[in-house]
Amino acid sequence: MLSIPCPWCGPRDETEFTYGGDATATRPDTAAGAVSAKAWHDFLYLRDNPCGHHDEMWHHTSGCRRWFKVRRHTKTQEVAAAVGPHESFPEAGR
Amino acid sequence: MTVQVNRLADGGLIDRGQPLDFTFDGKAYQGYRGDTLASALIANGVRTVGRSFKYHRRRGIFAAGAEEPNALVQLGEGARSEPNMRATQVELHHGLDARSQNRWPSLDFDVNALGGLIGGFLPSGFYYKTFMWPRSWWPHYERILRSAAGLGKAPAEADPDRYQHRYAHCDVLVAGGGPAGLAAALAAARSGARVIVADESPRLGGNLLAEPMRVIDGVNAGGWVADTLAALEAMEEVQVLPRTTVFGYYDHNLIGLSERLSDHLEDPDPRLPRHRLWKVRAARVVLATGAIERPIVFDDNDLPGIMLASAARTYVNRYGVRPGKRSVVFTNNDSVYGAVIDMAEAGIDVSAVIDVRPEGGGDLAAHTRRLGIPVFDGHAVSAARGGRGLEGVEVVRLDGGGPGRRLPCDLLCVSGGWNPTVHLFSQSRGRLRYDAGIAAFVPDESVQAERSAGAANGAFTLAECLEEGLEAGTEAARAAGFDAPAVAPPRCDNEPQSRPIRAFWESPAGGGRRGKRFVDLQNDVTAGDVELAVREGYRSVEHLKRYTTLGMGTDQGRTANVNGLALLAERLGKDIDKVGTTTFRPPYVAVTLGAVAGHRVGAAYAPVRRSAIQRWHQAHGAVFGPAGAWLRPKAYPRPGEDVEAASLREARQVRTAAGLVDVSTLGKIDIQGRDAAAFLERIYINGFAKLAVGRCRYGVMLREDGLVFDDGVCARIAEDRYLMTTTTVHAAAVLRHLEYYSQVVWPELDLHLVSVTEQWAAMALAGPHSRLVLAGATEADLANRALPYMGYAEAVIAGVPARLFRISFSGELAYEINVPADHGAAVWEALIESGDVFGLAPYGTEAMSILRIEKGHVVGAEINGRASADDLGLGGLLGGDKDFVGKRSLDKPVHHQAGREQLVGLAPADGSRAIPRGARIVEDPERPAPNPILGQVTSSCFSPNLGHPIALALVADGRRRLGQTLWAASPLTGEAVRVTLREPVFIDPHGKRLRG
Repeated sequence: MLSIPCPWCGPRDETEFTYGGDATATRPDTAAGAVSAKAWHDFLYLRDNPCGHHDEMWHHTSGCRRWFKVRRHTKTQEVAAAVGPHESFPEAGR
Repeated sequence: MTVQVNRLADGGLIDRGQPLDFTFDGKAYQGYRGDTLASALIANGVRTVGRSFKYHRRRGIFAAGAEEPNALVQLGEGARSEPNMRATQVELHHGLDARSQNRWPSLDFDVNALGGLIGGFLPSGFYYKTFMWPRSWWPHYERILRSAAGLGKAPAEADPDRYQHRYAHCDVLVAGGGPAGLAAALAAARSGARVIVADESPRLGGNLLAEPMRVIDGVNAGGWVADTLAALEAMEEVQVLPRTTVFGYYDHNLIGLSERLSDHLEDPDPRLPRHRLWKVRAARVVLATGAIERPIVFDDNDLPGIMLASAARTYVNRYGVRPGKRSVVFTNNDSVYGAVIDMAEAGIDVSAVIDVRPEGGGDLAAHTRRLGIPVFDGHAVSAARGGRGLEGVEVVRLDGGGPGRRLPCDLLCVSGGWNPTVHLFSQSRGRLRYDAGIAAFVPDESVQAERSAGAANGAFTLAECLEEGLEAGTEAARAAGFDAPAVAPPRCDNEPQSRPIRAFWESPAGGGRRGKRFVDLQNDVTAGDVELAVREGYRSVEHLKRYTTLGMGTDQGRTANVNGLALLAERLGKDIDKVGTTTFRPPYVAVTLGAVAGHRVGAAYAPVRRSAIQRWHQAHGAVFGPAGAWLRPKAYPRPGEDVEAASLREARQVRTAAGLVDVSTLGKIDIQGRDAAAFLERIYINGFAKLAVGRCRYGVMLREDGLVFDDGVCARIAEDRYLMTTTTVHAAAVLRHLEYYSQVVWPELDLHLVSVTEQWAAMALAGPHSRLVLAGATEADLANRALPYMGYAEAVIAGVPARLFRISFSGELAYEINVPADHGAAVWEALIESGDVFGLAPYGTEAMSILRIEKGHVVGAEINGRASADDLGLGGLLGGDKDFVGKRSLDKPVHHQAGREQLVGLAPADGSRAIPRGARIVEDPERPAPNPILGQVTSSCFSPNLGHPIALALVADGRRRLGQTLWAASPLTGEAVRVTLREPVFIDPHGKRLRG
């Protein structure tokens, strides 16, 4: 079971969280104007499957109920960093 | 009662003042407090303790710890009976009742031992090759084979014992309480770190318990262990856990421990849990799990009387028993000589030591010779001889010169070297490295925050163990942020000079009769099986394992795996480190399922959510069914009614008079903020910004891929405040969805979301008389102009401030009433009372379902994750120009192509046949496959208000097919019913009733 460092609550067991998918797939701004079919298709369906660090969304469901980003290594499970949904990861984490 | 013929006159960590009576296979014996079942059986001269898995050969006690492959017993009777317990780890207690396994009718005379005579017919893969023809007979073969090849029997009754889970955090967890583990724990604890040290044995000390004459820091081994434990136990932040196996190493240093609290007690306190499962999150882990001795492969190396040399030493020194009268020792390394000297001192006649090394052993070998014990260097045991047990061994010269010799003996102590216990390290995903210097696999680089120390790390001398332990403990404490000073390691007596091990896995064949050469004693896998596998093309060690079942027994091949690898490597002509090892997975030893379940059994298995009105439902005969985590009334059967009859009556009652249903389970989300309206505009497909305060609206939300996610009614209760309801099952997912968009996608919106599902009790009052019923409980103006259809008002109902929604799921004139949960039951009762004269009846989920099918309302069966709003007939809601979640996907061609499954109503063409649930819609049920499937029945019921069965279905191009007659064919029941497609709203399609 992973130990996930919630940026607001600190490290907690994985069972308190809900996985939210790839954090690098950002939603095109549909309100701002036309979004091309390709951009929308990429956002909906195309995901990388890296062997290495992966940025992903997690929701602290049984805690503060905040969404945030985690940089997790898909092979070693190492968690390099966790930041708020609009923050950047520290560069050293990659 | 027999006398303890093999009990030594003195010595051992046993209490001779406490004799304990026990039985084995019904026969009474006596042992002492401190014995294991195995040591007590040896004391009583019991040699055969079980029959082997496949060949039913006699087997004796082979080891003294968790690695025991043979001595598996069934303990106890009835519900508390437990199979496959290692006698070497079962603590003796008064009244212990143990039975041998895998024998019939008795251990001494076993019918299936005849299998031994046809043993040549049972090589690996035999079952697959032989019993697969004719195929239809396999179930018969399997039944017979399973009963012949087996282990103990699991009890059929429910487990009567209690188990507990415990969660803990520590700075340093030490697995293993031998010299390395104790040194590590003490070093870490002295820095102030929180330390947990766990050992599977009832006594900490590890191998020091079997080598009591060692001297550490000027005191004997027992004294050092006692002093160290006393020091540890005096520290507040230290937890010493005996009888606790560290069984699993999981991600991020989550460690699983299984603690046995009462198995060793004859009369345990009933309040005590039997086992406790610990889940420990440790900052650092020290693996001081020791090493396991391995055997050597030769002919008939499974006879009772053959055991690991370290086990023989443990029985002599720790338990004060004599595992044999006359012994021969067979080795490829120096570790046995200590055992030889101890056995000689205990009065066991050691007739010879057979050492495969031409150069022989070191200091202790010389000492052995001085004791007058012959040592044959450059020799090997090629075969064991005996019938009911070991009677002698054949010895050959390894250089091929000279004739072999036969040595009579009843005990053969074997040592083929030591395998570091790397299981936990491997579970932590660390890779192993073959160290030719000790002919064993050792931990390579760490992956997680751990370090191996002592024998687990391939450091076999006591001095090395103490030093590595101290280092590992100090380093772990520092890494966890503690200031651990460097201290000198404990000094121990002079280590005797030793000569290196010689890798030696299998003896050459000698003259005379050949026997079976066992690699895996528990699973009866022989060197011949390994050879056969290689001949048949198996190259990978993982394949070898699966084909021969090597290492797949309850002992997980602890004494077999490395020998199996070595034999495979030899047969393949490869180096052992090129063959690789099999994967180690948790648990290290079996953990009883009761401990895994912990307190989560029966009613405590999962939490049950109950509405505030639950007690009333119970008192009034409700039959409950699950809805998500909730329990909801399905119906309220009256005497003589079943659930179906009751639900038909209830559904009729709602349409003709009035009904009251508990809808507290619907998700309720309070949405507040300046931008609440703007937010809902983007969440729902239909408009909410222009919804007036005091009005409700049915809303549908999509996923980003344009398919329907959830639906429900949302009321605007103030300019900046909405109350959203969701379906029962999706309540949590919808809130998470809203939180995602508010926190991640549109953080600029001023918005607060909170679930208020638990805070409000909710009930729907429906039916033509519902206004009259409600009027009896409130003074609020219920007239259409004051509270029209889709209106919202705050009112006092039965004296309680309430939220009143004029909404309808049943299609009748209806009100949904929300009151603070604490008042739910009182308001419910007031309405029931007020409704008495109007024919009000409570109704359950079954009637609710009938009513909504009659109205064509969709639920989870139709909102199935594949349906779009248009498919469900909700396309008209799609709101103009505004943007919303999922809208961009509605352009996708897939939403517009022909053949989409659309919601339709079904009625039986003959007006009477029930439409099977889940049936496929086809043009002709008789057409042979592939018979194109046009859709499926999603909901079906008998409509008491129409007097015939009805159903909802999703059918390809369904709206175009209205009026067509097709078939609903159920592949489950074999029924096929002719159905006519029609509009999905069966009753009051223009909604006159609900506006009434």
